[in-house]
Amino acid sequence: MRDIIIIGGGVVGCAVARELSRYKASILLLEKGNDVAVGASKANSGIVHGGHDAVNGSKKAYFNVMGNKMFDQLSKELDFPFVRNGSLVLNFGEEGNKTLCELLERGVKNGVEGLEILTGDQVRVMEPNVSQEVVSALYIPTGGIVSPYEMTIAYAENASVNGVEFKFNQTVQSVKPTSNGFDVVCGENTYQAKFVINCAGIFSDEINNMVCQKKIKIVPRKGDYVLLDNAYSNICSKTLFQLPDAMGKGILVTPTAHGNILVGPTALDIDDKEDVDTTAKQLDKAYTIATRSVPNLPRRAIITQFAGLRAHGDQGDFVIGESQQKGFYNCACIESPGLTSAPAIAVHVAGEVAEKLSLTKKEDFVATRKGIPQFSRLDNESRQRLIKENPLFGKIVCRCEMVTEAEIVMAINRPVGAKDLDGIKRRTRSGMGRCQAGFCTPRLVEILQRELNVQAGEVTKCGGDSVIVVGRTK
Amino acid sequence: MNKNLVIVGGGPAGLACAISAYDEGERDILILEREPELGGILNQCIHNGFGLHTFKEELTGPEYAYRYVKGVEERGIEYKTEATVIDVNAQKQVTYVSKRDGLVTIDAKAVVLCCGCRERPRGAINIAGMRGSGIFSAGTAQKLVNVEGLSVGKNVVILGSGDIGLIMARRMTFEGANVKAVVELMPYSSGLNRNIVQCLNDFDIPLLFSHTVVQVHGKGRLCGVTIAQVDENLRPKMDTAKYIECDTLLLSVGLLPENELAKNAGVVLSSVTGGGIVDDSMMTSQEGIFVCGNVLHVHDLVDFVSQESALAGQRAVQYIRNGAPNCEKITIETKNGIRYCVPSILKKDGDFTSALSFKMRVSNVFKKVTLTVFADGVVVLAKKRPIVTPGEMENVTFTPKQIEQLKTASSIQVSLEGVEK
Ligand SMILES: Cc1cc2nc3c(=O)[nH]c(=O)nc-3n(C[C@H](O)[C@H](O)[C@H](O)COP(=O)(O)OP(=O)(O)OC[C@H]3O[C@@H](n4cnc5c(N)ncnc54)[C@H](O)[C@@H]3O)c2cc1C
Ligand SMILES: Cc1cc2nc3c(=O)[nH]c(=O)nc-3n(C[C@H](O)[C@H](O)[C@H](O)COP(=O)(O)OP(=O)(O)OC[C@H]3O[C@@H](n4cnc5c(N)ncnc54)[C@H](O)[C@@H]3O)c2cc1C
Repeated sequence: MRDIIIIGGGVVGCAVARELSRYKASILLLEKGNDVAVGASKANSGIVHGGHDAVNGSKKAYFNVMGNKMFDQLSKELDFPFVRNGSLVLNFGEEGNKTLCELLERGVKNGVEGLEILTGDQVRVMEPNVSQEVVSALYIPTGGIVSPYEMTIAYAENASVNGVEFKFNQTVQSVKPTSNGFDVVCGENTYQAKFVINCAGIFSDEINNMVCQKKIKIVPRKGDYVLLDNAYSNICSKTLFQLPDAMGKGILVTPTAHGNILVGPTALDIDDKEDVDTTAKQLDKAYTIATRSVPNLPRRAIITQFAGLRAHGDQGDFVIGESQQKGFYNCACIESPGLTSAPAIAVHVAGEVAEKLSLTKKEDFVATRKGIPQFSRLDNESRQRLIKENPLFGKIVCRCEMVTEAEIVMAINRPVGAKDLDGIKRRTRSGMGRCQAGFCTPRLVEILQRELNVQAGEVTKCGGDSVIVVGRTK
Repeated sequence: MNKNLVIVGGGPAGLACAISAYDEGERDILILEREPELGGILNQCIHNGFGLHTFKEELTGPEYAYRYVKGVEERGIEYKTEATVIDVNAQKQVTYVSKRDGLVTIDAKAVVLCCGCRERPRGAINIAGMRGSGIFSAGTAQKLVNVEGLSVGKNVVILGSGDIGLIMARRMTFEGANVKAVVELMPYSSGLNRNIVQCLNDFDIPLLFSHTVVQVHGKGRLCGVTIAQVDENLRPKMDTAKYIECDTLLLSVGLLPENELAKNAGVVLSSVTGGGIVDDSMMTSQEGIFVCGNVLHVHDLVDFVSQESALAGQRAVQYIRNGAPNCEKITIETKNGIRYCVPSILKKDGDFTSALSFKMRVSNVFKKVTLTVFADGVVVLAKKRPIVTPGEMENVTFTPKQIEQLKTASSIQVSLEGVEK
């Protein structure tokens, strides 16, 4: 019997795991995918929102503003890419001025600092590529951008170093209260714990409904994106929103923490919680609407596309806290600004759970984590030194993003290491560049085979049946 | 470290360039190649059909490459493998990394970039749908199958009728896979006609023109694609959409010159070819930096790569000896269906004896046309062509007399005459 089981290895589950790993407790995280950060936490806008948009007094507003403030220190402590680049909400007509004022007022009430309304010309001084049509904008200097999957991975690695156990390919099918805790069933395996924390993202309603009288319903709301080549990174330096509508914060154009330009997301309610297929129509829509903000958005610069599912709950707010079922704790319906809020949610949840279980703090908690050295970002002297220490740094595997074999081997052999091509990609950027893994795929298959001691036919893109090759040739 | 001539890339372009530079008298040459073997893309092209022009026989890719590798070894030309060049700058400093040497910067007198090209990925053509496995660029699949001995799938659809796609259609068939269709967006193929005959027709593989893949399906591994016909603006007509079950989609939708290094060095690139803009000595806008082979423009026949690169090697050596001639230059204009011409600049250097040829691609399929080169409005050369296609490079070679006409002119135009409107 463990103390705590966390269901779901997204940013919320991994952040909660890390904050709880400060305490003396046995903790198990169960994830149905082959890796952490395979749900919404890998496919979102990566914006650290200022907090102007959330309804006053909501949990979203509270955790957003608190979470935002934690990013400077956290990104240093856990070594993940974060830039406080500032955001702008662009307004294209006189009618919009009223909405901007409302947003400003709402933001101020939420405790967002530095908000300011700018004229169109002031905006274009900051961002020369913004449309002439823009008449005014709300400036949110505290807005930032983060690499969402690297943040999740950083949390997971640090949690693992501090003793949290991770199990993958474990789909929780039922959670049954017992006399002294819960039986958590994943196929053949049953795990026991005194406390269960539901961080299952888009499926957090189903996990809740397995245990609680009070039901929740989540409707997946899909968002499609396109990503542009990093050669076009000078399109904008700040995050450019349009005015929000009933479906969300609208289509944005933003740099990513790695200097690509991201365009999206659309918003479409769907039925299938597994459906992250992009559609031509939505991608077209994202692009077309975005050209209103930046008219000269180069379509030929698109290198890839993806879609994510928002866990839009019927409560309209995050569902956080112990349920009526004692020992069953929800972090459910964590839709946007969930990424921004995750650090604050985790601290809050860990504090409450620790108190309920009367946990005490560890003396040997390791608070910092160091990421994989990024060869491409170093100066030649440091590169030289690295190759001396480890000759695998002298072997470039991904030519577009200049990723070396050493980085890839590290990604595989770290705590909570990569097990598939997408895992390597999220940890090293190998395959994320303009050739989209054309060049490195054969090499990655080979390296994974060697490091994990498996057959080529067992190497996958993202776990499950996503095999790359189907066997040997005749 | 100092070197007279550094050649980046040990494919057919780099090898031919090195050999010709050596034969021109240069001894201080270094070839840098990032793969473990010399030979470039040819190492994965195990089919026949290389070298018909150069050797008058049909060789496989590796056989063709080997003749040049042997040439390099016989001459004792220095080369390094598993050495990736990560930077070339305008001062002709070449920086490479390798496991053995670490990070090394070389000061070169001349640099020839022979980096080949890369394949256009899925994102660039914007196919919507699943993000799992089973979608490969044709060249990646070719490498997995031919070099690694791994089989990539059983039921295959190929998008794009470029040569690599056509060749892979046949290769996959040999492997026992079922190639269900080759789907081409345009009303014509961008591949060589001989490849259509030998790789598709001989195996009854349907080639669907004016079609595209609009959606890919599946959760983990691909399980099918939706294809549709396109209208004259290349927009899919969704009422013609059709589902094809398959576990593999190969993309053969074009190649892009690999020009990151050239860009960093400040070389001006052509928006048409994606390669550097060069004069008749293959020199770019940066003095002492030359480009040739697929990094300059995409070739369909390796023979022309070798030919072009031999010229670049020779000219690089002349540059090392004499510097760049201080002379006027003329820009070669293209019109009437000629998409581009390499070189695009001619130096009026008074040298009428060195070989000169123009390599061109046309923008559409044209029948019964005359490829015509004008100097000051006067016809210098006219070559009748029963048919020209975008998939096949056109090539004209000039006599010393014609070269003189061109190099003393004040305007040069290349045009397809007799094109029906
Ligand atoms: C399109 C889009 C854009 C967004 N943009 C932003 C933004 O810019 N800024 C911001 O702050 N937020 C944004 N968000 C919100 C943010 O991405 C999410 O709030 C956050 O990622 C949620 O994290 P999570 O851990 O709750 O969910 P997830 O990352 O989805 O993780 C849940 C995990 O649980 C696992 N799981 C599910 N069911 C089971 C089961 N039965 N057994 C075991 N494991 C299970 C899943 O596999 C998954 O890995 C955006 C969201 C979307 C979809
Ligand atoms: C699938 C396929 C089928 C073909 N079929 C035929 C055919 O049937 N008949 C025919 O005549 N021609 C054929 N061709 C064309 C012919 O192979 C090419 O035109 C020729 O290989 C181009 O030569 P290259 O040297 O320019 O480029 P490549 O062969 O691509 O060589 C470039 C070399 O540069 C190296 N390189 C690149 N960047 C760096 C760097 N930064 N540092 C170090 N090294 C670097 C690469 O590793 C590579 O070895 C085919 C080509 C392909 C791809």
